Amino acid sequence: MEHELPVWHLFGLIVNSDTVLTSWAVMALILIVGAVAARRIQQVPSSRQSLVEIVVDLAQGLVRDQIGPQTARYIGFIGSLFLFILLSNWLAILPWKILVIFGARDVLPPTSDVNTPAALALITVGSYFYYGISKKGLSYFKHYLQPVWVFLPLNILEDFSRPLALTFRLFGNVTAEHLVVGVLSLLVPLLIPLPMMALGLLTGAIQAYVFALLAASYIGGAVRDSH
Amino acid sequence: MATELMVAASVIGASLAVGLAAIGPGLGQGMAAGKALEGLARQPEAEGKLRGMLILSLAFLETLTIYGLVVALVLIFANPLLK
Repeated sequence: MEHELPVWHLFGLIVNSDTVLTSWAVMALILIVGAVAARRIQQVPSSRQSLVEIVVDLAQGLVRDQIGPQTARYIGFIGSLFLFILLSNWLAILPWKILVIFGARDVLPPTSDVNTPAALALITVGSYFYYGISKKGLSYFKHYLQPVWVFLPLNILEDFSRPLALTFRLFGNVTAEHLVVGVLSLLVPLLIPLPMMALGLLTGAIQAYVFALLAASYIGGAVRDSH
Repeated sequence: MATELMVAASVIGASLAVGLAAIGPGLGQGMAAGKALEGLARQPEAEGKLRGMLILSLAFLETLTIYGLVVALVLIFANPLLK
């Protein structure tokens, strides 16, 4: 964990190059898969198309349950959050440790760098402010006084605790998974870490789903009419 | 001397953080799983729905322990007091 991370120096900032490269890889993968799957859309989906439609259905169900029947406005954001986190988490499950034999380093998922979850959480907070204000105008801020004005400090505090909880939930889960696999493969490199890696597939998917669910429910809370 | 004390205190703090943070969520997860099993015994046809909800709530409960783990990781790998 405490090995030297490779960094780039860009414009006086220190950038963790592993995180940047792996996030770019994930984004490229999503773009390519999306472009290939959406090239010839048919009424009766091919196997390629139905694989992608599962994800779209999932995101659509999430948005419909949490926000409302008009899904088109929000599904892009929620769906991209889900896909990006899912593929970032699963990126670490591939047996990159083989690369170590050839002198390369282990590949860490971008979500196990605390900056990535923090950025995603801040985007989420910004998005529910944006959606709320663009839907209701300045009367969006009235919800801070609900149910009574005494709740004002608590409601303001919520805007800070939400990104903190989102960040640590994602970061902690991915890091914990990676640490457990790392410790196990340090002790017994053969076969024993496999069940933990299988559990990692499940954890990665659940955490991506939970993040998207929470983002959708925050947006839903900001957009819904409260009477 | 002060540094050694800080290191020792951080290590103890880190182990306590994970250990204590596991108690509450452990109880909670047990309750959630038990209730889900009760529901399943009463209504076996609801298995798919129950499983989804159970896994989701377990993930939320798990998060509380993970917070403790994050604190432990900060104490061991990125302790701000040991700079």
